Amino acid sequence: MAILETRKLDKWFGGLHVTDNVDFALDRGEVHCLIGPNGAGKSTFFKLVLGEHTPSGGTILYDGEDITKAKPFERVRRGISVKFQVPGIFQALRVRQNLQIALQHHLEGAGLDEEIDRLLEFLKLKDAEKQLAGSLSHGQKQWLEIGMAIALKPKLLLLDEPTAGMTPDETHATGEMVKALNAEGVSVLAVEHDMAFVRQIAQKVTVLHFGKVFAQGTIDEIVADERVAAIYLGEVDA
Amino acid sequence: MISTLRLLEGPQTLGKGPGFWSAFALVLILACIYPMFADGYDVGNNVYFFNWTFMALGLSLIWGYGGALSFGQTAFFGVAGYAYGVLTINLGDAYGLTFFSLIAAVGISALFAAVLGYFLFFGRISGVFLGIVTLSVTLVLERFMSQTAGPEWAIGSARLNGFNGMGGMPSLTIPWPGGDIVLYPDVTLYYLTLALLVIAYLALRMLVNSRMGNVLVAIRENPQRAEMLGYDIRRYQLGAFVIGSGLAGLSGVLYTAWGNYITPSSMGMSAAALPVVWVAVGGRSDLTTTLFGTLLVLAGFQYLTIYGSQYALVMMGFLLVVTILLAPSGIFITVGSLFSKGLRRRLARERV
Repeated sequence: MAILETRKLDKWFGGLHVTDNVDFALDRGEVHCLIGPNGAGKSTFFKLVLGEHTPSGGTILYDGEDITKAKPFERVRRGISVKFQVPGIFQALRVRQNLQIALQHHLEGAGLDEEIDRLLEFLKLKDAEKQLAGSLSHGQKQWLEIGMAIALKPKLLLLDEPTAGMTPDETHATGEMVKALNAEGVSVLAVEHDMAFVRQIAQKVTVLHFGKVFAQGTIDEIVADERVAAIYLGEVDA
Repeated sequence: MISTLRLLEGPQTLGKGPGFWSAFALVLILACIYPMFADGYDVGNNVYFFNWTFMALGLSLIWGYGGALSFGQTAFFGVAGYAYGVLTINLGDAYGLTFFSLIAAVGISALFAAVLGYFLFFGRISGVFLGIVTLSVTLVLERFMSQTAGPEWAIGSARLNGFNGMGGMPSLTIPWPGGDIVLYPDVTLYYLTLALLVIAYLALRMLVNSRMGNVLVAIRENPQRAEMLGYDIRRYQLGAFVIGSGLAGLSGVLYTAWGNYITPSSMGMSAAALPVVWVAVGGRSDLTTTLFGTLLVLAGFQYLTIYGSQYALVMMGFLLVVTILLAPSGIFITVGSLFSKGLRRRLARERV
């Protein structure tokens, strides 16, 4: 059963049709990557799912329920969590306090401290817990934000270019984190450019082009599809 | 109870441990014994200074902690001041009704803030537009009250009196067997205002170190992330706005009860800008620096008003520009960081 489904999802910006009747489904427990050349509509689709953009038409279903009109924070409370492309952390607060703010919804006292410690270990940030989040390396900031996103115990994790600006080692470590989360039952939708990372984590890949679903399949099927290679080279029109 | 008291210290407030609380106790003792060594005029003058600090602490909560710059503090100050005047002139000062009027007037200003804040925050107005709208509301109120000179502008027996302002309302009065105690602007009003200030300061320390305080600073740092952690940020911003504006209302009532008058100019352009100067100069992101910064700037402003006339306002503008250019975190925090490790850490946080 799909945990996330869009039906004829549509978005216009003035005369620009950026999301064009997208039918999309992400199965429960799946790691699904969304790829496509620049301007394909990946970010818009992502923001529509998050609730940051209002669709011009169509519906978004989460766990079988229509969330098309739900506010972003309401979607988060239902079990959707997000990691932004530019690390969305609280720069002037300490690493530990960043996690505390994410966790204080459902935990307090000793339980809160234990969970912060567990997350710090998982994120390899134990030594940096007293540092200001803004002084972390770029990769550490990305991990901290992933930590804040998973602190909410989401059923669906949305990742917008989670490895942007990371070193190859950090990228690989991030992939292992995503796989570990998926093993715990978290479904993942990731927008990503790095094909090595996509190969590392994705069970299914959807290619967007000019706002439409262009191709869908496993990573091997997508890589073998000459039409997909062509759109990245600008050889296929909408 | 103990867990609540623990909130007096935390990541959102400067000062912790025995050293800080010993200094706090010392300052409080000095403030308590001060009237014994000063004449009534000076004590009353200090009450005047204390009156404004509630408004400054409220702005620190809204702007310094919540990140929403409001120019509306004097609007709530004025609304509460006029409300106190209307209520007390009509109800009188017997049976503790002046204190009922105090609470009701603060409640009216908080209600006004809740209505205005609802449209601001649920309408997703933020940044410079929030400042523009709140300033506009303040100036509209000043214009409106200035044209209420005619006899038709009266509520019960309270004349609003237009540009000249409303006067003749009673001072705060405590009912007492054998004769009511009237809190004239000297020692008795000083102790009441000091007690309210201590309560407001400690309560705000607990608030900003609570879960709500955590969410407020999260909204200040990154509202999108805060919302994506499942917080309805509009409710938190509205909550801070109502509390901070209610404190401005308390300032308005205390000021009106202190001087037995309130004028539209208390909501004018200059008046609306001054709280921003006090809070910015001290260091808006901390209650203690806001409090001491406000008292210092107020004392300096009064000195300049006496000896420099209109230059006082120019100096306030100059002080704001200097603060923004040289010490955007506040002069207290910047200068204090030369001597204090805690303030150095705070400054580092704000420069990230």
